[in-house]
Amino acid sequence: MEQQTFHHALKIRHDVCTGCSHCMKVCPTEALRVYGGKALLYPVWCIDCGECHRVCPARAIVVEDDDCKDIFNYKHRILLIPSVFIGQFGASLSRQEIIGVLLNLGFTDVREAEHGVDFLIDEINRYIQTHEKPVISSFCPAVTRLIQIRFPALVDHVMRLKQPLEVTTEYFRQWYARQGACPGDVGIFYLTPCAAKIASVKAPVGDYASPIDGVINMHYMYNRVLQEFQQRGKDVPPTRYETQVSARGMAWSLTGGEVRHIDGKGLAIDGIENVVEFLERLENDEIAGVDYLELRACDESCPGGILTPYNRFLAAECIRRNADAQAASNGMAGDYQKHLAGAIDVGKIRPRSMVKYDLDITKAIRKMEKARELKSVLPGVDCGACGAPSCEALAEDIVRGQAAIEHCIFIQTRCGKRGLLPQEQAIKIMEKIWGKEKTGEEEPVS
Amino acid sequence: MQLTFHVQGGDFTRAGDASSQVKKTLKLLNIAPAITKRVVVALYEAEVNIVAHAYRGVITVDIDPVRIVLRLEDEGPGIPDIEQAMQRGFSTASPEVREMGFGAGMGLPNILENADRFHIDSVVGKGTTLSISVNLQA
Repeated sequence: MEQQTFHHALKIRHDVCTGCSHCMKVCPTEALRVYGGKALLYPVWCIDCGECHRVCPARAIVVEDDDCKDIFNYKHRILLIPSVFIGQFGASLSRQEIIGVLLNLGFTDVREAEHGVDFLIDEINRYIQTHEKPVISSFCPAVTRLIQIRFPALVDHVMRLKQPLEVTTEYFRQWYARQGACPGDVGIFYLTPCAAKIASVKAPVGDYASPIDGVINMHYMYNRVLQEFQQRGKDVPPTRYETQVSARGMAWSLTGGEVRHIDGKGLAIDGIENVVEFLERLENDEIAGVDYLELRACDESCPGGILTPYNRFLAAECIRRNADAQAASNGMAGDYQKHLAGAIDVGKIRPRSMVKYDLDITKAIRKMEKARELKSVLPGVDCGACGAPSCEALAEDIVRGQAAIEHCIFIQTRCGKRGLLPQEQAIKIMEKIWGKEKTGEEEPVS
Repeated sequence: MQLTFHVQGGDFTRAGDASSQVKKTLKLLNIAPAITKRVVVALYEAEVNIVAHAYRGVITVDIDPVRIVLRLEDEGPGIPDIEQAMQRGFSTASPEVREMGFGAGMGLPNILENADRFHIDSVVGKGTTLSISVNLQA
């Protein structure tokens, strides 16, 4: 059985999209096309990595988060902030000042998302003792989705443990209950540096429901904090909040943050292209002797998230410095163990393989043969002028009935030379793909 | 459907190209991951054997809805004692080749383990031909 429900945090605004095709060329699962002058997404292939968002010059790809007003549906409004958020302000604002402003914006409590990391490290080290190696960290939801779609054979390597954000949320939910709060009054919100975390809250991979009530976009909150501080900085008292996160927790979301604390041989790889390259080799059985893989879709991991405004290298340095000032442990592992032990399995993770041709093997082979024939005729330039990211993708689209060979500009030229395709028809094809604006104005009606 | 690959002896940096291509093809056809893995492992081992021992070789891969048949024909020194070569740990690889992580003597046994049908023919001084078949249905 394959999972059929997905939630995507990334949406294309067709009123803003100019059909420039930048997004199409960077998508690691080739889930984007251009047609009718707009970018189109095949939602089943999208992994919410956000590479498209990063390169869109028109800012037409938006992240769908929760409305900040939703927090007022709850009496207790808790915001979980990752250490990456503090890192966004460099040395200009302190943790106490930032949290002071957040409390002033309507949250009743601010907690740190990596509070549960110490406990999780013990659990991961226990987990890797008894599972097939290498264990692949499930920290980055874009990587988990990438594996489901492009590397279904590796799905069983993905660690089935909940992540710091979820573990911390459940801990504080229970903590509030112990303080006598009514469960329906407690709203826990996460401030996210990326779109993939939103998808992982709305549609978790595995057999469990996310304990998080809502997700707020870091870009938005960064602006709110700065604005609030500019306008009323002196009136907002900084809190006396002292961090409750250990050095290990604070640096967890940086590249190498996990492997450093894992028993055995671990590798940390960041950047989606690097991750894909490594997973290809792992799938070929070319990698031996590795116990743990920390794979992150973004360059520099979470400081490189698509919703982080500050330079990722500076942010990472700031977070590392903050972490170095903390104790190695926050002393919470025992308490987490007491309340959450046995409740951190995510259940079965299923593949979500891309059906490029057909589920029926006989039909699939026939279609693939057709696509190979087509590919041998196509120029191999991967120019994207057909509205598909590569000649291979165009060939696949054609056999699926979603494109035609005349969409290729080289085929058009070839046919035109032989008098097989009148120029007006070629123009019409290009207009269908790219919209009329890019092929020049329409002839004036006489 | 048939795929063909040419392999150059001694070119370790490109050993694995054919198995990568075949893996990609089988994934696109939605072949079960466990079967794909068996095909890829068997092919990779056989491909490395050509690179390590032979002068050159041709790989043909036939895919039909029932099975996948790999045929690897090389021009090379051939195998004098096939029975011995099939034993785990038996290796004629040079220390240099072992240094690179190849030549542990697991190649042929590994192929046998992953194949539903396996046939090996070798003529000393001429070359070796492997025929490996993996069924798509259990």
